[in-house]
Amino acid sequence: MKILVPVKRVIDAYVTVRVKADESGVETSNVKMSMNPFCEIAIEEAVRLKEAGNAEEIIAVSAGSMQCQETLRTALAMGADRAILIQTEESDLQPLAIAKLLKAITDKENPGLVLMGKQAIDGDHNQTGQMLAALLNWAQGTFASKLDLESDSITVTREIDGGLETLKLKMPAVITTDLRLNEPRYASLPNIMKAKKKPLDVTTPEELGVDITPRYKTIKVSEPPKRQAGTMVESVQDLIEKLHNEAKVI
Amino acid sequence: MPVLVIAEHDNNTLKVSTHPVISAASQLDADIHVLIAGSNAAAAAEEAGKVSGVVKVLHADDAIYAQGLAENLGALIVQIAKDYTHILAPASFFGKNIMPRVAALLDVQQISDITAIESSDTFVRPIYAGNAFATIQSTDSPKVLTVRPTSFDAAAAEGGSASIDQIDSAAETGLASFVGQELTKSERPELAIADIVISGGRGFGSAENFNKLMEPLADRLGAAIGASRAAVDAGYVPNDYQVGQTGKIVAPKLYIAIGISGAIQHLAGMKDSKVIVAINKDEEAPIFSIADYGLVGDLFEIIPELEKALAS
Ligand SMILES: Cc1cc2nc3c(=O)[nH]c(=O)nc-3n(C[C@H](O)[C@H](O)[C@H](O)COP(=O)(O)OP(=O)(O)OC[C@H]3O[C@@H](n4cnc5c(N)ncnc54)[C@H](O)[C@@H]3O)c2cc1C
Ligand SMILES: Nc1ncnc2c1ncn2[C@@H]1O[C@H](COP(=O)(O)O)[C@@H](O)[C@H]1O
Repeated sequence: MKILVPVKRVIDAYVTVRVKADESGVETSNVKMSMNPFCEIAIEEAVRLKEAGNAEEIIAVSAGSMQCQETLRTALAMGADRAILIQTEESDLQPLAIAKLLKAITDKENPGLVLMGKQAIDGDHNQTGQMLAALLNWAQGTFASKLDLESDSITVTREIDGGLETLKLKMPAVITTDLRLNEPRYASLPNIMKAKKKPLDVTTPEELGVDITPRYKTIKVSEPPKRQAGTMVESVQDLIEKLHNEAKVI
Repeated sequence: MPVLVIAEHDNNTLKVSTHPVISAASQLDADIHVLIAGSNAAAAAEEAGKVSGVVKVLHADDAIYAQGLAENLGALIVQIAKDYTHILAPASFFGKNIMPRVAALLDVQQISDITAIESSDTFVRPIYAGNAFATIQSTDSPKVLTVRPTSFDAAAAEGGSASIDQIDSAAETGLASFVGQELTKSERPELAIADIVISGGRGFGSAENFNKLMEPLADRLGAAIGASRAAVDAGYVPNDYQVGQTGKIVAPKLYIAIGISGAIQHLAGMKDSKVIVAINKDEEAPIFSIADYGLVGDLFEIIPELEKALAS
């Protein structure tokens, strides 16, 4: 079985994001970029499935600018076998367009599983996996915290509002990862070196025959309302007094 | 044309996430219909019909909707979508799971987690864990939206007298089946709507400490208990306690963060709370920069003291 793992390049999770003064977007120049953390979890899970003998090949795929090659190299260093860049200069790639691009790749590669992040931490859309499953008419196992692979089905434990839910999905299926599925490994130096020699193909939306025209227009990106830092209290008594008489919340 | 709200329910009663979505829908100046897809969910359908502003309830009663499987529910929503300009659901794990599936099948781009409606095609939504807000204008039709429940007032539970129409099911997709669930049981108020939330982090050190200290305090305050990701990952509490960018969004009247450093991903889930209290032994902890009241000290001493003082 092949596993396809879509990965996204995003502003690193620990960078403080700043809105541009002209409200056209957020500052991205000279900002540290990384693989979206949920995509790292997806790669890790794919590698574990391969190590356990449940998969033969892991293909990482990313849509975006040339710089996404770095992200794909990271995926290769973590254990993916080859990579595909869907190169585009469209700066506003929206989830439906990405899902269509991923469908085109899926149709070509015929993976048994697509493992991807539940959410990209830049746009916080939480859509692409569900959309891809819909376009393929496949089952979806979103927000997965545990997977059990059988011969023609996969049992998924999912994080839901009230706790956990277990579903059995027909294969092939799309799985999106939650934080507790695994802890991703760090790529070792020898593996980073080896990754440089692994195949990385480049294609384009045109070659795949996919229309990626944005479906919404961003009018502005603004700063959130600032919260003022309040006061420090000296004691528990002081705190209770303030909550009672000043804030009037207890 | 009317707008459609996808209700979240447990086949018995509406979940509290549904009422703010109905109130958001009422800003669109159109008739509001509510879909109740479930199994033996007549009580939920009746309850939805009474919510203020609802004019019609569509009730699909079929065993295939008992657990809200995205594959089956998605097919049903798509079947009725053409009659609506907007389709809205809560941005809860339920809505997040189903609505993108619906949007893709309708060939439209969903707008996730909206916090404000500026007009029938223009919406505001947080990006980058709430470090920025995007105002976006959609060119799609219908518009598929998920709504952040804490950003809209809940529609009143009484006041509507909607008709209830039974509708046909869509074909069972056969793609997924329900195996089981493990729901967290609690007598306390629900995290999403509690007036007071007390949240604990890695500072507690163990599940035993967390429960021993937090439970009496929560009982004393009538509060719901939340947690940071670190506390959930360490197994102090179940996953559905997680507050933050990728967990639950809360906005209570009072949020008390104890032994939580205040990472941006945590703040994303609680910084709309009315009053924030932080208790942390590190006076440099980032949580203090957004807290209305900060208390520096050891939680193992402060919590028992707090509980005792509240008792008197
Ligand atoms: C993709 C992604 C998504 C994430 N999503 C979320 C999310 O949804 N929610 C979330 O919470 N996090 C999330 N995180 C994790 C987040 O970045 C932080 O790692 C996490 O919030 C830290 O939890 P914490 O504050 O409990 O732990 P720590 O950062 O370790 O802080 C513990 C705090 O406890 C204090 N402390 C220790 N002992 C005591 C004591 N005895 N008395 C008083 N204070 C004490 C310390 O001073 C410290 O400030 C996410 C991270 C990533 C990368
Ligand atoms: N540009 C992209 N290239 C490849 N995969 C992507 C891209 N954008 C999103 N994804 C995948 O979709 C997941 C969810 O993203 P989103 O729906 O944007 O929150 C990510 O974790 C990735 O696995």
